[in-house]
Amino acid sequence: MEKVVNDTQAKAKFQLGEKLLDIFSKYSMIIILVILLIAFQLMTGGIFLRPLNITNIVLQNSHILVLAAGMLLVVLLGYVDLSVGSVMAFVGSIAGLLMVNNGVSPLIAVPICLLIGALIGAWQGFWVAYVEIPAFIVTLAGLLMFRGLTQVVLGGQSLAPFPVGFQKISTGYLPDLFGGNGLHIFSLVLGAILALLVIYAQWKARKKRKKNQFETSSLPTFILGAIFLAAIIMLLSFVFASYQGFPVILIILAIIVILYGFLTNKTVVGRQIYATGGNKKSAELSGINTKKITFWVFVNMGLMAALAGLILAARLNAATPQAGQSLELDAMASVYFGGASTSGGIGTVMGAIVGGLVMGVLNNGMSILGIGVDWQQAIKGLILLLAVVLDLYNKKRKISQ
Amino acid sequence: MPDYILEMKNITKDFSGVKALDDVNLKVKRGDIHALCGENGAGKSTLMNILSGLYPIDSYSGDIIYDGELCQFKKLKDSEEKGIVIIHQELALSPYLSIKENLFLGNEQAKRGVIDWNLTERKTEELLKTVGLREDPNTLVSQIGVGHQQLVEIAKAFAKNVQLLILDEPTAALNEEESENLLELVKAFKKQGITSIIISHKLNEVVNISDRITILRDGRTIETLEKNEISEERIIRGMVGRDLTNRYPDRQANIGEVYFEIKDWTVHHPIDSSRVMNQNLNLTIRRGEIIGIAGLMGAGRTEFAMSVFGRSYGSQISGKVFKNGKEIDVSSVPSAINNGLAYVSEDRKSLGLNLLMDVRQNTTLSSLEKVSHHGILDKEMETKLAEDYRKRMRTKTNSVFQNVASLSGGNQQKVVLSKWLATEPEILFLDEPTRGIDVGAKYEIYTIIEEMAAEGKCICIISSELPEILGMCDRIYTMNEGRFTGEVLRENANQEVLMNLMTIEKERVI
Repeated sequence: MEKVVNDTQAKAKFQLGEKLLDIFSKYSMIIILVILLIAFQLMTGGIFLRPLNITNIVLQNSHILVLAAGMLLVVLLGYVDLSVGSVMAFVGSIAGLLMVNNGVSPLIAVPICLLIGALIGAWQGFWVAYVEIPAFIVTLAGLLMFRGLTQVVLGGQSLAPFPVGFQKISTGYLPDLFGGNGLHIFSLVLGAILALLVIYAQWKARKKRKKNQFETSSLPTFILGAIFLAAIIMLLSFVFASYQGFPVILIILAIIVILYGFLTNKTVVGRQIYATGGNKKSAELSGINTKKITFWVFVNMGLMAALAGLILAARLNAATPQAGQSLELDAMASVYFGGASTSGGIGTVMGAIVGGLVMGVLNNGMSILGIGVDWQQAIKGLILLLAVVLDLYNKKRKISQ
Repeated sequence: MPDYILEMKNITKDFSGVKALDDVNLKVKRGDIHALCGENGAGKSTLMNILSGLYPIDSYSGDIIYDGELCQFKKLKDSEEKGIVIIHQELALSPYLSIKENLFLGNEQAKRGVIDWNLTERKTEELLKTVGLREDPNTLVSQIGVGHQQLVEIAKAFAKNVQLLILDEPTAALNEEESENLLELVKAFKKQGITSIIISHKLNEVVNISDRITILRDGRTIETLEKNEISEERIIRGMVGRDLTNRYPDRQANIGEVYFEIKDWTVHHPIDSSRVMNQNLNLTIRRGEIIGIAGLMGAGRTEFAMSVFGRSYGSQISGKVFKNGKEIDVSSVPSAINNGLAYVSEDRKSLGLNLLMDVRQNTTLSSLEKVSHHGILDKEMETKLAEDYRKRMRTKTNSVFQNVASLSGGNQQKVVLSKWLATEPEILFLDEPTRGIDVGAKYEIYTIIEEMAAEGKCICIISSELPEILGMCDRIYTMNEGRFTGEVLRENANQEVLMNLMTIEKERVI
């Protein structure tokens, strides 16, 4: 009799363990990020999570996050783009040529630079999609070519300073329309509106599911989830508000994340990207124009690299020949960190962004702790490997179930 | 020395529950040329893979007795050490290495890790002489023809001191003259005391060359014929004789006028455009009709269906396609789909499904415009559509959110069928629709196919299983070497008739 009780207890315990493991495997990257945040907070004696530093982390990593979003689509197709760092530098140099040397207004120069990025993407996409040259080779050639062209444009010199309006892309904050003292009221209001919008959207989706008689979570679970989400948004808003408010770049990032999340999740094109990356042959036989998809994904990557180049130039307030060097590796690391598969077909925008944040937090935290760049690199490399091993282990466990 | 060089006793092997071999026995006399015959999927290659150690000792049950001793091969190398060499249908040469490098691959003539190239070259020349191949040992394998590559493979077997040579479809890719040379060579080996096992679909060759023949059917040994019993008719009877009751739904055909028509369809090989894969094919399908294309592997059936479906195969494609009397454009997959065509591929896993996606995503992949507005997916609508087809097909899954990789073969096939039915096609090509599926699920799939025909759709089944063709189709085209060799109505067809038509070779076509 006693044995039976023990058995059921053991079983319950086992199930609880399984459930925890499941939660962990689903949210492993977010959990790692939170653990890192807490660890750095403790190790730095409370400096790490100060509003100023949180704002800094966003400013310092914004260009990598932009790259990661574009790189995600490339990786979803099973490719890599090695050229993005060089493209950033090249676009930065063009921006310098236009704005610093020729006094072109940012309102004209920025669209021109983005267009150039898209054209570079189209050039590389053409070779990959239609001539079927391996992306690794095409973009390796791009890495060399555009770094070289950057030197040609800049003549080995840096161009500075950029107009103040342009610098605001990376260093500006939203104005406080309500003129609060110390606390940035406008940011808080924006945060509150955002929280309400998110809750409303979720409630609407739930209602629609119910109408179609699909399974929905119970009402208390739903309310609890909504409160939790709203609390996080408000907390973050408060953190930013207590420094200088939302940085402009954060708004740009938010728009990119929302757009890409929408693209990958809710659109036909997004589904076709996943289908192409998961099994190109079957996608073709299902009537998907995989060449067109590949071409446009590279155009998009070029556009994102250009945007990242502008963000970096604006933050450094200079176009330099060495800008963006080896950032392609950071972008790829972010994407793989976020659970994307090197063979394509698996990965999410949120994953890539969280992966980018993990990298950024590691950089920032270790710098505050005074760890040298040499050790930072080594530690980041090791953590990347461990994260991917963990991810692989999770997937294998899932399959064996 | 024992009389039999090889005895395989009570061999049973299953692949995740499906029995590929069931209590198979094979005895091969020393110095014989022994043929192994059977339909596609009868288990010939599986049996040979067990013999060669590709499937290790603990993956099957039964005994292998070679040269009087019980063998327990764990890997290919174990059987090669005993002198058993298998030459596969797809040649296993490394294309960018030279002949001499290939001959001694894994068996390098080296002293302390340093290769003695002079010795290698001398030995290569000797070996090439044995197989009658006049090529420079330094020529890259990719630069010689398939026939000569085959000879290099055989020379490689000799480099390993072969006693028992196994040839899997050795002449499938060879022309008449090359085939004849190869068979002569096998006969010459016999004089040197080498035993051969030959697997071939070309019955005239088999009759011509073999001393004894063992016939397999559905993973069982049917019989072994002695030299004096061998004839093509006898082999065909052994290969196909099987019970047909109740494996197919009753067919009440309601056939209308001709709806779909292909005229003068010619396709060339995608890389080697001098090779004609399909030649002047003409085909019609009536409304509500199920037609079949019967042919052995390599007859050009899949190439035909894929080239029609958006030119997914081949080069220099010519010919016209008509629907309801009007010519239609099938030059790309999207336009073929728009014109009402669907193609269920023979390779479910690599061509039909996206194994990373769930049932729902696979179901809607070809008809995303039906579940979206202005390029934005309506997931509720999508789920509903997938759910509808899941119910209609009786697909066994927990939900439409289950990953297709975890489904059984039969249920995966139902998802592929769902995907194509969701495009609301008028003409369906089904390429080996029940390959690797158990009997129960087969019946369900046949029922679905009949339902589609009853709706007035035109259906074309491509199958290597003659009973399936006979059980399902109203009219049957037979195919060999890229041509249609016959057209038979269901009431006039039986397995012998079809097998005879399927093996008509070019010279005999009138």
